Amino acid sequence: MQETLQRRLSGIDVNSRAIILIGLAALFVPQFAAGSNLDVATRIVLFAALSSAWNIMAGYAGLFSFGHAAFFGIGAYATAYLLAVQGISPVVGLVVGAIGGALFGLLLGYLTFRYKLRGAYFVLTTFAFAEMLYLIAMKFSPINGAVGLRVPIRREESWWWMQFAPNSPNYFYLMLIYLLITLVAINMLMRSRTGQYIVAVRDDEDAASALGINPLRSRLIAVAWSGALTAAGGTFYFQYLFFIEPPLAFGPNISVEILLPGVIGGMGTFWGPLVGSGLLIILGELTTSFVRQPPEFLSFLQGRSGLDLALYGALLIGIIMFLPRGVYGTLAHRWEVRRERQVHRAEASSRDGMKEQRDD
Amino acid sequence: MDNSPNVAAAGAADDPETVEITDSGASLMTDAERRERQIRRVVGVIVAVTVLSLNFEQIQLLTGPNRSVLIQATVTGILIGGVYGLVSMGLTLIYGVLHIINFAQGALMTVGMYSAFSLVSRFGFDPYATVVFTVAFLFVIGAIVQGLLLNRIMKESLEKQLLLTLGLSVFLENVLLLLFSPTPRAVQLPYARGSTSVFGITVEWPFQVFGAVASLPRTIAFFGAMALAGLLFLLLQRTSLGVRIRSVADNPRGAALVGIDVQRTYILVFGLGAACVGAAGALVLPFLSLEPTTGESFNVIAFVVVVLGGMGNVVGAILGGLIIGLTQQIGGIIFTGQSNLLGVFVVFVLVLFLRPNGLLGRAH
Repeated sequence: MQETLQRRLSGIDVNSRAIILIGLAALFVPQFAAGSNLDVATRIVLFAALSSAWNIMAGYAGLFSFGHAAFFGIGAYATAYLLAVQGISPVVGLVVGAIGGALFGLLLGYLTFRYKLRGAYFVLTTFAFAEMLYLIAMKFSPINGAVGLRVPIRREESWWWMQFAPNSPNYFYLMLIYLLITLVAINMLMRSRTGQYIVAVRDDEDAASALGINPLRSRLIAVAWSGALTAAGGTFYFQYLFFIEPPLAFGPNISVEILLPGVIGGMGTFWGPLVGSGLLIILGELTTSFVRQPPEFLSFLQGRSGLDLALYGALLIGIIMFLPRGVYGTLAHRWEVRRERQVHRAEASSRDGMKEQRDD
Repeated sequence: MDNSPNVAAAGAADDPETVEITDSGASLMTDAERRERQIRRVVGVIVAVTVLSLNFEQIQLLTGPNRSVLIQATVTGILIGGVYGLVSMGLTLIYGVLHIINFAQGALMTVGMYSAFSLVSRFGFDPYATVVFTVAFLFVIGAIVQGLLLNRIMKESLEKQLLLTLGLSVFLENVLLLLFSPTPRAVQLPYARGSTSVFGITVEWPFQVFGAVASLPRTIAFFGAMALAGLLFLLLQRTSLGVRIRSVADNPRGAALVGIDVQRTYILVFGLGAACVGAAGALVLPFLSLEPTTGESFNVIAFVVVVLGGMGNVVGAILGGLIIGLTQQIGGIIFTGQSNLLGVFVVFVLVLFLRPNGLLGRAH
């Protein structure tokens, strides 16, 4: 009973039809949203995918990463270097970045497993790795150090060069493809035997390895997938932003931005990061427009920055205090508990019915 | 550790077969461990030699005519290392008792700095007189945070607590940004140049040591931080309050059984941890430019120091602070063209992997 509940909560039983439905529905978003609204939608999709990739490690594998900017930056800079310095298509950069992210993940996963870094130590290790890459990137001349790299502007639109006219809906579609691929990959991974192993190792490593599961192997698979998918996000981010610099790629704020949607929506749930990304980015957008034209009594806020992030911080505190499973996680849990109870009651009544029959 | 094979053999002496199995098994273990220790040592030496030989020219320069650069780095490193020690002491105290990684430690320090800055610029306080106020203010903030927020989720997972302090850090930093704008601020010390007489010895500021310069604000920050760290150490070791805190750190349930109010002790500890950065913030204000993100770098360094000194080890935090201060300054010379934090992180990662219990901790 507990087992099935757990498994459903971790989203393994999610129907892939829902992913297709989301993809079809999102195709029409550019019809309704244009200009800045399309930008909001694009960022929601991007961060939903990034946070979902983070969720493989933090949610399903129980490896709380506080340094996902490392993977993200590897993807962004692999693409940026190949495109801006070598003139190679971002499609190649995407593949190279994803492989780089996976390899970095394998290194991190192996070292932390080998040296048994758990809990606080694991968190600090991921943080330190991201921070080291950040400091190196700041002074590394082949990628232009702190100055950063720009996308060379082309005359014509092209999918191969991932470049379109400003405000083109194609950027949204690009992110949508990324999100759908990420969701399908997670769905396949977590429904597979390996995915079950990953969750089993998270729940009880000793018991899992007693049953013959190799904890190192399942952990490495989770970290490699998470790293590759996050690095892919770096590529798309660079193409969308036209620009990358070390704070935007490896900065600690990026790590926080990647993990927040998952935490707010619900760690270890399939839909949590998507819900969290929507909530956070829309909230950020509302506060930005609020600060632009505040009401009379709050006029001192006009043009000041910081309100949106201060609200993020307060929201994070509130969620941790009152909805520790996250927004979606709490709802899913309630729904699940109710269903279990109904099943229970139905079973009990049918058993009672049988007993009465037998009594007769 | 090395005695374990003998103990195992003696314990199972009446069953000869078991003795052999246990004995060989145990000695295999220690062999593997010994080999691993050797491998670690060799790898460490190789890494160190490679790094140093890559920068051989820099090192030659240091021992040659540019020796004063090295002495200057050492002096600066030790002076700032004392402050790192105080900041880290607060962090390690919180970790040792509450098992919370406080990501808000840096933001709390910035709050301390801005409150000191406001007192100096609005009311004309002496920068060092504000320490009394910032310590009290940060203690209250810390106590409120623990009492209202963290105490309610002490049974939750480590990540939940970490995320709460992260939320707090984001919140505080951006409230400061709203209130004070990102413009860098600075506090001038009117008596930074001049002379001081202590016990009949007159010192000219900035003070000269072996050709290196120690400025007055940095010297005061170092001795102030050391004095406060000493006071905190005495509080933990010599007072009944300290006994209470240490017993809660050792065994919260046992402490509760003998009548200690654990929740209240938690509040006190978080308050003390925050008060440490309140003091540190006021002490560094005269020689740092102040922005809403100034505390972040201290936050990062404090993590390194705390892991280096052993998480929860108060004396280790002071020692680690000095080591990291030196690493940062001297690493800045050896790795020319790199950020001076890079050396700090290299040390961090090495300690995490090779001595996760810290320099003073026992091997696990």
